[in-house]
Amino acid sequence: MSAGVEITAPARSARAWLVPLAGRAEGVLLPLAALVTGFAAFALFLVLLGKNPWTFYTLVYQAGFGTGFSWTNTLARAAPLLLAALCVAIPARLGLVVIGGEGAIVLGGVMAGGLGAVLGGWPALIAMPLMALGAALIGGLWIGAVGALRQWRGVNETIASLLMAYIAIALMNHLVEGPLRDAASLNKPSTAPLAEALRVGDMPGFSVHWGLAVAFLACIGAWVLIERTTLGFSARIAGGNVRAAQVQGLPVTKLVVGFTALGGACAGLAGYFEVSAVHGSANASLAAGYGYTGILIAFLARHNPLAIIPVALLLAGIEASSGLVQRRMELPDATMTVLQGFIFVAILASETFTGRLDLTRWLSRGERA
Amino acid sequence: MNAPALPEAASRVRRGAVGIETVGMTMRFGSFTALDAVSIKVRPGSFHALLGENGAGKSTLVKCIMGFYHATSGDLLIDGFDGHVRDPRDAHAKGLGMVYQHFTLVPALTAAENLVISRADVPAVVDWAEELTALRAFMDAMPFRVPLTEPVHRMAAGEKQKLEILKQLYLGRRFLILDEPTSVLTPDEADEVLGHVKALCASGALSVLMITHKFREVTAFADEVTVLRRGRHVGSGLVADLSHADMAAMMMGDARPAAPAARAETSGAPVLELVGIRARDRSGLKEIAIDGLSVRAGEIVGIAGISGNGQMELMEILTGQRATSAGTMRVHGAPYRATRGEERRLKVRYLPEEPLHNACAPRMSVAENIGFRSFEAAGAGTRFWLAPGEMRRRAERLVADYKVKTTSVEAPIAALSGGNVQRAVLSRELDGEVDLLIISNPCFGLDFIAVAEIRSRIMAARNAGAAVLLMSEDLDEILELADRVLVMSEGRIVYECAAAEADIPTLGRHMGGHA
Repeated sequence: MSAGVEITAPARSARAWLVPLAGRAEGVLLPLAALVTGFAAFALFLVLLGKNPWTFYTLVYQAGFGTGFSWTNTLARAAPLLLAALCVAIPARLGLVVIGGEGAIVLGGVMAGGLGAVLGGWPALIAMPLMALGAALIGGLWIGAVGALRQWRGVNETIASLLMAYIAIALMNHLVEGPLRDAASLNKPSTAPLAEALRVGDMPGFSVHWGLAVAFLACIGAWVLIERTTLGFSARIAGGNVRAAQVQGLPVTKLVVGFTALGGACAGLAGYFEVSAVHGSANASLAAGYGYTGILIAFLARHNPLAIIPVALLLAGIEASSGLVQRRMELPDATMTVLQGFIFVAILASETFTGRLDLTRWLSRGERA
Repeated sequence: MNAPALPEAASRVRRGAVGIETVGMTMRFGSFTALDAVSIKVRPGSFHALLGENGAGKSTLVKCIMGFYHATSGDLLIDGFDGHVRDPRDAHAKGLGMVYQHFTLVPALTAAENLVISRADVPAVVDWAEELTALRAFMDAMPFRVPLTEPVHRMAAGEKQKLEILKQLYLGRRFLILDEPTSVLTPDEADEVLGHVKALCASGALSVLMITHKFREVTAFADEVTVLRRGRHVGSGLVADLSHADMAAMMMGDARPAAPAARAETSGAPVLELVGIRARDRSGLKEIAIDGLSVRAGEIVGIAGISGNGQMELMEILTGQRATSAGTMRVHGAPYRATRGEERRLKVRYLPEEPLHNACAPRMSVAENIGFRSFEAAGAGTRFWLAPGEMRRRAERLVADYKVKTTSVEAPIAALSGGNVQRAVLSRELDGEVDLLIISNPCFGLDFIAVAEIRSRIMAARNAGAAVLLMSEDLDEILELADRVLVMSEGRIVYECAAAEADIPTLGRHMGGHA
């Protein structure tokens, strides 16, 4: 009798070990399948235009990831994308679809540019953190307001955040062309150029600015917060089923406002680095669409902050190759937007397969019968 | 073989009950066999009850008969002839109809309008005067009637159910499947409706196959009974020959439910007190008004009522999900707003209805779901870092204690069956000291074994000194568990009595708002 028990025990534990893996496999396989589908559909689109898809994808690889130079270009674009994706992914863990990160980026940039003009003579050690903090604060307030509107006034967060992004861009245009305009910026209205001491430089050994390291740390920090702290666990309960969270007495409103604000702070930081490391002043270039690409990244990464890192690098590489592809293949500049659109439709469509690819149930089929 | 389908108008004139028979009907979904060679025979004009626990295959069988599913193998005979049913429309043409558990009437329309629009051959322009004359003639030929020009939303549940049955007769159906037809009715209404159905069968106008789990209704109204268990036909016979114990034994097989827990003598101070509570209901139009409600330690207070009379709103008030416009809620004398701190300090636990929907995050694991009450507790204080190892060990202990069947505590809780989800949630909510337990429909849709086990856990919590507030639409459950019975109707508590003195007809009248 006891022999039988000893034989079955290892088999059971192997299965028990496989079950959690199987539960997560879907989270990797579905977005991957969506990505491939998006690429394939776009290839078809290229064929219809009379272009060679193989040439296209080869060029994207070369210009995005082929050489050290292309990696530098890709990594530089990755920094704002990582932070913009966090602005979607962090609220998403509470079940919110926030798509207005662009607004927080833009306002963060204006805040950094404006503060930079005021704090020009201050020591960098004080002025730079102040600028970063200001950018994060305005971003947090902006997206936190979206969460507050939802909790207290029942306003849909997706629409509110999108509309607030338009308001933010209009506000930036007003400030940059009016009160904050540097009289010397003639062609392109901008805030006063930052003092050299207040610029964020490149990391030693790379020609990529420090914003990338901060963005990586932000992703890791967000993952730790969500997966390893009790605060993150509360947020996951509320995201998994808000009624269950309410019955458990969890402070859902505080969590929603806090997590949306945190996401907005990340996007605000992206604006800070765009101004202080890339452009040197705040101007209309801030509204470059990073906020929107961030939505795609977060959805592809299934709102897992760690998965955002590779996905953001991929999308950054695709964006970095845009110029080369346009020149070599004579494609219009909207090409990359079309590709992103194809991928986004595929990832949204793949959501309907969620739960159908249930390996856990398949593994436990023997026990249920 | 295929007779031309009769036009609806012609079929309305057709008379005489239809008998049906399934021969070795088998239905497989992948590797799962939901129905295993089930043969049943419903003679023309008989009232046949179909008994079985949840998941026994009752719904699968009737869906095969109605053409929603195509059986993997086996045949359906209608009046002794091959009656292959392609789809529900085909079933209707052959005179088979079904009355669902929940109403399928349009509330804003009158009975007459509902009847006319349910026809397949509604003309583009309806001559209402003519239709009403025809309908009056139809009603006069029926053994029972409903007001034709009354909007459905003003009808009582029993009237609606009668209208559902009349609708089937109006559409020319001569074989009816009733899917738990009395679950939304008071006992009086149920008896009236089923009495009419029985009379229709006796007159030879109709044959009925009724899905139910209420033995009382089977003995009182049915002629024959068939029992299914795990997809198999395990017994059938004349109702007159079978006792409740026989039927229960067939339904459960070898498994034995836990014996009901003994009711210990307890007496305690009030734990939960509601005074003058006012709130809006779901529609925002009606008021929920609880003037006074108190639950003592060591007491189960049952709130009976028909679904939709404010029980859900009361649960939401108690869980802090619904704002109140007036009144006070106190636990152990302290003001209570159902924050997490208060729930922990005052030892308040909840078991909402449909736990997967209301008390779990379906895609999180069993271990995480079991951890919802305790994840940030570290002794008396709170912790910042999550302790997944501790969470898993606690879950494994509770899963073993409460016999939750799951492949692993890491499996998503949505993969568990309803009974096991309820056990998992119960294990979470009853772990540790409990002073107040608030429960809503804890056994809805669960099988015998799970029901008995969950009820005995609730009784054990009471015996250990917890104050229990039990809201349930199942009067039997309330009468089994409660010390004191309250009846809720139209958002108010309209009746109170000690469980020992409870009289079912009286409770029923108050539930229906007729007293």
